[in-house]
Amino acid sequence: MSKILVIAEHLDGKLNPSTARAVSAAAAVKPGAIDVLVLSDKAGAIATEAAKIQGVSRVLTAERMENAHPLAAVLAPQIAKAAAGYSHVFVPSTTFGKDVAPRVAALLGVAQVSDVMSVDGSHTFKRPIYAGNAIITVDADPAHAVVATIRTASWPAAANGENSAPIEPLSLDATLPTHTRFVELKQGKSDRPDLQSANKVVSGGRGVGSKENFEIIYKFADKIGAAVGASRAAVDAGYVPNELQVGQTGKIIAPELYIAIGISGAIQHLTGIKDAGTIVAINKDGEAPIFEIADIGLVGDLFKLLPELEQAIG
Amino acid sequence: MKILVGYKRVVDYNVRIQVKPDGTGVVTDGVKLSANPFDDIALEEALRLREKGLAEEVVVVGIGPADLTAHLRNGLAMGANRAIHVVTPDAVQPLTAARVFLKLVEKEQPGLVILGKQAIDDDANQTGQMLAALWDRPQATFASKVEIAEGKATVTREVDAGLEVIEADLPAVITTDLRLNEPRFIKLPDIMKAKSKPIDTIEFASLSVDAHDQFRTTHYTAPAKRSKGVMVKDAAELVSVLKQKGLL
Repeated sequence: MSKILVIAEHLDGKLNPSTARAVSAAAAVKPGAIDVLVLSDKAGAIATEAAKIQGVSRVLTAERMENAHPLAAVLAPQIAKAAAGYSHVFVPSTTFGKDVAPRVAALLGVAQVSDVMSVDGSHTFKRPIYAGNAIITVDADPAHAVVATIRTASWPAAANGENSAPIEPLSLDATLPTHTRFVELKQGKSDRPDLQSANKVVSGGRGVGSKENFEIIYKFADKIGAAVGASRAAVDAGYVPNELQVGQTGKIIAPELYIAIGISGAIQHLTGIKDAGTIVAINKDGEAPIFEIADIGLVGDLFKLLPELEQAIG
Repeated sequence: MKILVGYKRVVDYNVRIQVKPDGTGVVTDGVKLSANPFDDIALEEALRLREKGLAEEVVVVGIGPADLTAHLRNGLAMGANRAIHVVTPDAVQPLTAARVFLKLVEKEQPGLVILGKQAIDDDANQTGQMLAALWDRPQATFASKVEIAEGKATVTREVDAGLEVIEADLPAVITTDLRLNEPRFIKLPDIMKAKSKPIDTIEFASLSVDAHDQFRTTHYTAPAKRSKGVMVKDAAELVSVLKQKGLL
């Protein structure tokens, strides 16, 4: 019977919703147990949140000063120790999971399955390659633990509320390196919904034209209660910070509504939004590739259309 | 300081990938191959460090079949001092690639290894982290800024929450993100010069690396297509369609 260890992602004492999505993927394996491991300097509140996720058997905490920041070199030896006895280790495929999971896999001497989008069996998974232009089915060797990152856009967050899994402190005898040190995290503070987990996302691209013009995107997003995203071109041009980038190398998201404004639709961008419920494209170029995958298209000048949209919404 | 750079050849990022109808792979016959874009960025960063006097030698490393030489020449034309070609006809998975790099690191003793954060063919995003683990050295993944001083790398990383800055003692592994730099174009005279630069070839088998592939790809499929949508004529119609769908 499979037994799965899910590594919790968290920031500022709060559990990241990506964790509940990784739990969903774990549940698809139909395991005997799903344990969530919280590595932190203060695990309490995070563990309490994780214990509420439907399907979680136990929450394990590894609480120590060195875990104050998610440094892969520090976390990986602890996760590798904690992995003993588990058939699978699942980590969300966010920058956190992409950083730490391969380090864990290498310490365990096993291959890693990146970006699991479907579970076909306890050791059979589907994952995207070539920016999602091909999907491969892979068989992992049942003789080893499976280390996998979970493509969060492919999985709904496991329900949260009814469960109250036991929380147990874990004592991990791992020597931790001091060769890697956290300096600072520069976060864009925003009251808008989180891009990765928002139901609605409004994204701007090169067509927006400047950092100042991007205000029109923020204003429209606020009008409909959406998170704000951007294409790589808009980030490269300095209109918005990097954490807003959606696409193959940015965030892969699956909102119910995605509105792409002034985005031509390079395949690398489309990769990031393929799982969105409804895609709306607004672009002055009727031939733009974004219209090939948009559910609803509107050709026109965004600077004229956005105020009209706001007015029509009322 | 010596810098090792991973330099993988992949299907060019502009190629629209087609899955073979029988599901055995993707069509690669006759498609354009190029350097992995993240690896060009890795090489550019290494060259800039050398130009600042922070490194003496930049070595590009490729793992692949005999005809990989032409690709490695491009890395030499871009400015690398020499190349190492680990020869194998087989595709290698990230753990195997990391083990190969570890062997080369033991031999070459670099102060820094710079790799792309992911290759745009398998999109695995693993090799740098795995090498750092096997080598027991720091990793600074998804780098958008690198500063080297006093035996340390201070690296700004693009993470989901914003920009994280970490400090890593050298030697270390850095993986590149898109905004680290803009790679230079190769000039014709450099292509001529590259012809006389050395490429060491090492037979993969001679490295005694465990290449037991631990996962097996059994099938390739094309992704589900989104059905063609509708065009609306103006803002009012768009709002009414979205309201009907309960999205506004």
